Amino acid sequence: MSTLLSVENLKMHFPITRGIVFQKQVAAVRAVDGVSFEVKSGETLGIVGESGCGKSTLARCLLRLLDPTDGTIMFDNRDITHLSRAEMRPLRREMMMVFQDPYASLNPRKRVGFTVAEPLEVNGIGTPADRKRRVQELLEVVGLSPEHYNRFPHEFSGGQRQRIGVARALAVNPKLIVCDEPVSALDVSVQAQILNLLKDLQREFGLTYVVIAHDLNVVRHISDRVMVMYLGKIVELASDRELYKHPLHPYTGALMSAVPAPNPKLARERRPIVLEGDVPNPINPPDGCRFHPRCPRVQSGVCDVDEPELLEVTTGHSRACHFPLEHWPMSPEELRQPASTAPALTAT
Amino acid sequence: MALLEVENLKTTFKTDDGIVTAVDGVSFTLEKGETLGIVGESGSGKSVTCLTIMGLNDPRNTVSEGAARLDGVDLLTTDPESLRALRGMKIAMIFQDPMTSLNPVKKIGWQLEEAVLVHRDVSRKESRALAIEAMKSVRIPRAEQRVDDYPHQFSGGMRQRVMIAMALINEPEIVIADEPTTALDVTTQAQILDLMNELQRERGMAIIMITHDLGVVAEVADEVIVMYGGQVAEHARVDEIFYHPRHPYTWGLLGSLPRLDLEVERLAQIPGQPPSLLNPPSGCRFHPRCTFAMDVCRIEVPPLVSFGESSHLQRCWLDDATKERESARTIASLQQEAS
Repeated sequence: MSTLLSVENLKMHFPITRGIVFQKQVAAVRAVDGVSFEVKSGETLGIVGESGCGKSTLARCLLRLLDPTDGTIMFDNRDITHLSRAEMRPLRREMMMVFQDPYASLNPRKRVGFTVAEPLEVNGIGTPADRKRRVQELLEVVGLSPEHYNRFPHEFSGGQRQRIGVARALAVNPKLIVCDEPVSALDVSVQAQILNLLKDLQREFGLTYVVIAHDLNVVRHISDRVMVMYLGKIVELASDRELYKHPLHPYTGALMSAVPAPNPKLARERRPIVLEGDVPNPINPPDGCRFHPRCPRVQSGVCDVDEPELLEVTTGHSRACHFPLEHWPMSPEELRQPASTAPALTAT
Repeated sequence: MALLEVENLKTTFKTDDGIVTAVDGVSFTLEKGETLGIVGESGSGKSVTCLTIMGLNDPRNTVSEGAARLDGVDLLTTDPESLRALRGMKIAMIFQDPMTSLNPVKKIGWQLEEAVLVHRDVSRKESRALAIEAMKSVRIPRAEQRVDDYPHQFSGGMRQRVMIAMALINEPEIVIADEPTTALDVTTQAQILDLMNELQRERGMAIIMITHDLGVVAEVADEVIVMYGGQVAEHARVDEIFYHPRHPYTWGLLGSLPRLDLEVERLAQIPGQPPSLLNPPSGCRFHPRCTFAMDVCRIEVPPLVSFGESSHLQRCWLDDATKERESARTIASLQQEAS
């Protein structure tokens, strides 16, 4: 498989300025702070993390909806980091986005046919008659019917609207689709429909997805590889099975143990790793490992001084931690005692 | 006698488009120290059930029938004055969104104190002490200083703690929590559920937990009501619901959840959309989406009856043998652990 998207040391800092006429930067929100990864063509990369970890900002940078502060983004072997708007335009049809809120992301005054055809029109594809045919075909592909062409968004339920959003993203045959929380606004019984649809479309059209979600269950289900983010950094990156069977970063462990299982017997035995406190402020992130103030395995003198690098431990499994988990699941007591007190700085 | 007895509760709203029956004949009882989970999708009537019990619906366009007896007092028919005395004192509510449920221009401490001053004859000094104590009890660090902070100075998880503190400050016997963790991240959700669990053990209050998350229900509930289209689809002990579900909707829900511990290529999906309550489907509310629908399902509403001899209530026309078989099949498909 070839690499479709590759990101090197991407940073997105939002400046905080003071002053009205002469604005000077006093600080920066470091929303994404040095992130590197690759997405192979045809795979699904899931990005999980809590609110404020930078996952949505990262997605917007990937599509150049935001101009990153630093780093490079290679799309299809082409550096797109500094392309101008005009230069980006032909590339836009290769990369589309499905948004979180199907109620807010469709224009309420435009008919569905128009909304779905718009990407075609903007890119000057086909005659109006061709476009209409294509849109009706797309509506069918996403499980709606061609008669829906002339309806307005308010006539649809949340799940159906999300299908329209997917149809719009598919219209120009993109290579990459970035889905930002594609199902979090939907009812439980409708979520499965959309997740299945996304999987079917991927198989049919050979799409590459970057799926952002805060729900680990959803990410686990849809992804081939999963990236866990914390405060603008990648803390762990692995194949989905590997990550859920052998998480290495304590934060990943905590996240996974915090997900309530729909299984009362397990729930009674379960002892979640309850993290203390809240996610720190990205304006002034903690020194050393950004997770250290909340980490149950923190070793003073190491974690609060040295920032761990993202190192590949086994093929395809990387983590950024000085004292990774030895096995999983772990009891809270075991968790608090890292096996080696010596800093495990070198990758093996 | 049970602490709270809800009998045949029915709530209808007059809207511009017609009459909406949001809750249609819900009955349950709640014992001291028990946790009842009410699960359902948006529009299933789970929140309206609790708002009706609390008397928080707009009286101008709402008609409530049935009864909700708290220690023998019917909350639906009692006069507003005595209802006000009960609310916040004996029965309290934790709302979903702590960002919008707190007053942004009042100090946290004052908002907590207000709940005390309304119900009890205490001095401001005492009420302030109670507010600080309540904040400590929900593990808000540096409570003495933070009591003078405003809501915007608190994070989402901390604000939800304030909401819990506010509900618990008068030590109510029943707490209704309407999606208390939906707006929160998983790690914060774990903290909040943990806290509620602990407080329940300390104080022995009863909790009604409204949620759409089956995981949360499995975690906290003793007894579960599954609601669909304003009606109770299934009502049983938590283990029964999760290991011997007897309603096709519950089977669908359990099968359609993506899970951490399970690797499946395709999720089982429930076709269609949740029903509109403006003109609900005839017969069984679930029949348009049900793969087992028979002729009778389209015509007659199935009664809520117990399954066999058990206390497991369910509303479905299927025969017991089929239910037994299908429920076993659903559960078995969920237990193949990925290897």
